[in-house]
Amino acid sequence: MNAPVDHKKLIKGATGDWEVVIGMEIHAQVTSKAKLFSGAATAFGAEPNAHVSLVDAAMPGMLPVINRECVRQAVRTGLGLKAQINLRSVFDRKNYFYPDLPQGYQISQYKFPIVGEGEVIVDMADGTQIQVGIERLHLEQDAGKSIHDLHPSQSFVDLNRSGVALMEIVSKPDLRSSEEAKAYVTKLRTILRYLGTCDGDMEKGNLRADVNVSVRRPGDPLGTRCEIKNVNSIRFIGQAIEHEARRQIGIIEDGGTIDQETRLFDPGKGETRSMRSKEEAHDYRYFPDPDLLPLEFTQDFVDELATHLPELPDEKKERFIAEYGLSVYDAGVLIAERESADFFERIAKGRDGKAAANWVINELFGRLNKEGLGIEDSPVSADQLGGIVDLIGEGVISGKIAKDLFEIVWSEGGDPRAIVDERGMKQVTDTGAIEKAVDEVIAANAEKVEQVKEKPSMLGWFVGQVMKSTGGKANPQAVNAMLKDKLGIE
Amino acid sequence: MTNLTDLTLAEARDGLAAKRFSAVELTKAHQQAMGSARSLNAFVADTPDQALAMAVAADERIARGEARPLEGLPIGVKDLFCTEGVQSTACSNILKGFTPRYESTVSANLWNAGAVMLGKLNCDEFAMGSSNETSAFGPVVSPWRRAGEEAGKRTQLVPGGSSGGSAAAVSARLCLAATATDTGGSIRQPAAFTGTVGIKPTYGRCSRWGIVAFASSLDQAGPITKTVRDSAMMLQAMAGPDAKDTTCADLPVPDFEAAIGRGVKGLKIGIPKEYRVPGMPAEIERLWEAGQAWLREAGAEIVEVSLPHTKYALPAYYIVAPAEASSNLARYDGVRYGLRVEGKDILDMYERTRAAGFGREVKRRVMIGTYVLSAGYYDAYYLRAQKIRTLIKRDFEKVYADGVDAILTPTTPSAAFGIGEKGSGDPVEMYLNDIFTVTVNMAGLPGISVPGGFDAKGLPLGLQLIGRPFDEETLFAAGQVIEDAAGRVALPEPWWG
Repeated sequence: MNAPVDHKKLIKGATGDWEVVIGMEIHAQVTSKAKLFSGAATAFGAEPNAHVSLVDAAMPGMLPVINRECVRQAVRTGLGLKAQINLRSVFDRKNYFYPDLPQGYQISQYKFPIVGEGEVIVDMADGTQIQVGIERLHLEQDAGKSIHDLHPSQSFVDLNRSGVALMEIVSKPDLRSSEEAKAYVTKLRTILRYLGTCDGDMEKGNLRADVNVSVRRPGDPLGTRCEIKNVNSIRFIGQAIEHEARRQIGIIEDGGTIDQETRLFDPGKGETRSMRSKEEAHDYRYFPDPDLLPLEFTQDFVDELATHLPELPDEKKERFIAEYGLSVYDAGVLIAERESADFFERIAKGRDGKAAANWVINELFGRLNKEGLGIEDSPVSADQLGGIVDLIGEGVISGKIAKDLFEIVWSEGGDPRAIVDERGMKQVTDTGAIEKAVDEVIAANAEKVEQVKEKPSMLGWFVGQVMKSTGGKANPQAVNAMLKDKLGIE
Repeated sequence: MTNLTDLTLAEARDGLAAKRFSAVELTKAHQQAMGSARSLNAFVADTPDQALAMAVAADERIARGEARPLEGLPIGVKDLFCTEGVQSTACSNILKGFTPRYESTVSANLWNAGAVMLGKLNCDEFAMGSSNETSAFGPVVSPWRRAGEEAGKRTQLVPGGSSGGSAAAVSARLCLAATATDTGGSIRQPAAFTGTVGIKPTYGRCSRWGIVAFASSLDQAGPITKTVRDSAMMLQAMAGPDAKDTTCADLPVPDFEAAIGRGVKGLKIGIPKEYRVPGMPAEIERLWEAGQAWLREAGAEIVEVSLPHTKYALPAYYIVAPAEASSNLARYDGVRYGLRVEGKDILDMYERTRAAGFGREVKRRVMIGTYVLSAGYYDAYYLRAQKIRTLIKRDFEKVYADGVDAILTPTTPSAAFGIGEKGSGDPVEMYLNDIFTVTVNMAGLPGISVPGGFDAKGLPLGLQLIGRPFDEETLFAAGQVIEDAAGRVALPEPWWG
């Protein structure tokens, strides 16, 4: 919290530099078939109120029963965040009235959360790393959804989400810029997706953030914070922080003070606006839920989950660098999604890792991005791309031909080696054929032959001509050597 | 043939088994009694068709030799239990007309044991009360009357509460037995007031699933019956593990009826000195002494014990119970079911609905509960009350660790009082009724009230036995000793028909 001030991150105000301090509360929907305390399904997109049990609708006399799978998922997430797992935690009731909160309280964890302090390491675009402290992770119920635009005077309530399990992951106020905040959420999302504990789908609201923002003069104590509720995209998180920080700086520089309040981000206007002040804040009257016993499990239960944890992004990145000789950057790009990392690794196994990384990052990702596709939709499979890398490695095709081959596989499919055979795309290594092409180019360009002797860097032009005349199939090294020889260039 | 409604549950079971009468006859006899006892206001919903259908099915089972433990025995169900297809309101206007699509675990257990449902029984609104006067359906009139009152000037007495309908119906012989619930004394106090037996089992013995919640950490279901044996039979069927209630114990249910004849020889019975409250009526004192004498004569050793935190139990209870209630009753908001009074916006709708739907005592407790949980007051009230609760629990643990098997106390500080007599000015006057019973709920222990005698005006008084956790068997054994010694209560002759 009191790390040395990094001047690059400061915001310039009219009266000097300001430091922005950000803490985040991420609400991540637990991946599970059933809700946290009822057997109702969690599937998205059903008809309103199709997935509502008697418990979710808070019918008289109904009682919550904890879903073990959600507990397992929370513990796994805690392990993934290198956090303390609490063998005993307590569910509390957070009391407030709202039509989409049928019980009149949300079952949450207040004083004794299931997961305690942890840490996330975040890679920044400039190659630096920051450490973000995790304060806690607790399990809680989601509320339903109020729909206000279907009737002129009435609201509708959809309880499908009511009771769905959420993990609230609270960071320490360790973030110092919108870039850091965005990178943190991105990394957290990656970890959750690796673990399979949350799908991270922000469009469906399965991952959303409350962002606490305050500003201060570098070195000063923390300023008064405002909480921006329910921001549902990483881009909006950045925009909301930028706007909010500048709003607060403006107020203070004009001689005002910041009121602690809850604000909403309006993506249309790109600004935050007040939702409720501290005075209007609810008194949630938290107390332990008497319908639920304290949640207790053994260290063995935790250890068992730990042994079955998948390789996490940080470990995978280290391994990719060590095992495949990748650059930090390339490794970082590849591990951002577990599916991409797996795809890469299917190609890299037994092949040149760097070449595999180049093909996956530059060709495949480039093309997928252009088409707006995810790795799971890639028309080129790992085996196909591996085949292309093999053909280059064996000297069967040149890099240029390989790009053509990639295009063919992308649009038509098929086995790359067979395509090369059928379409005569093999690299020409037959010196006779290359010599013929070289001789023809030299003969046709007498003037350039004179020039290249003065300026050897023009050799590339000759190579290009030969490649062109052979349809790109000549082995470039062979062409290069033969041209040097015939033109008398060292 | 004797009047079928005079039978105990066990006698009726034996009579059905011996084919002396049919379940249909038994059911009809009780329905007739119900019909002539409307003035008592014990039932708030009758289920005559369902009752007869169940009785017919029971007779068929008996004929096939497939009778279950409570086959064909007509009972009443406190309106706090949700019963499928039958209005379940907790005797509150806010749930008037509410008909659940589900059956509470306890009542389902009873139907699975063959019992016949006569209807739903009146109680205090959301079980908040000690006289059944807070019911939205109006008060229940006790079948008991003071001796020596002039005709025409007779005081209508309360049956106690909150399970006043259950106690009145059993003592007026409108049903063979009834379900009830007990959060601070709501089974034992009305049982004591009406000369019936009521047991609140250990917290977790019965599932709370499908019972309208008052204070979740204190609520327990139990029966009100004519005899100790009947209570054992009823609890046997009602109790048992339930995966739908996390707080329900995953323990097998012992054979309670088998404990009945066990006696108390060699048992150590504790007499807590702190229960000798100042101003205790002499007749309560005499009752308590009689109880000790009976148990001693039956071979028990009577020892004085100390439960030093007893005096804090009632104030602590009136923090914990309203706190939980304020949250439990938040769901009655007019949005999904029950009463809704439209308003200009959602807040206005909430306020109007809850203002119209809840009665005075419920509102009082919701407000107290909200207050004690509020920021700045939580530590001073709720947290301290929970600490007291722990101390109360330890008091009992220490006594039981010293070898005491059960504790004997009076059930209530007095006999039944008149309708409208208590609590209209000072609610604490009413709360004091539960002074001997709340500790048992706070500690989660089992407690039984057994008729032990009468006051000077001929009104029944109850003795309470408090047991170790999940040792209801000792309570049935000791309760039977008291019942045998005190003599079966002669239930009041019908004056209401």
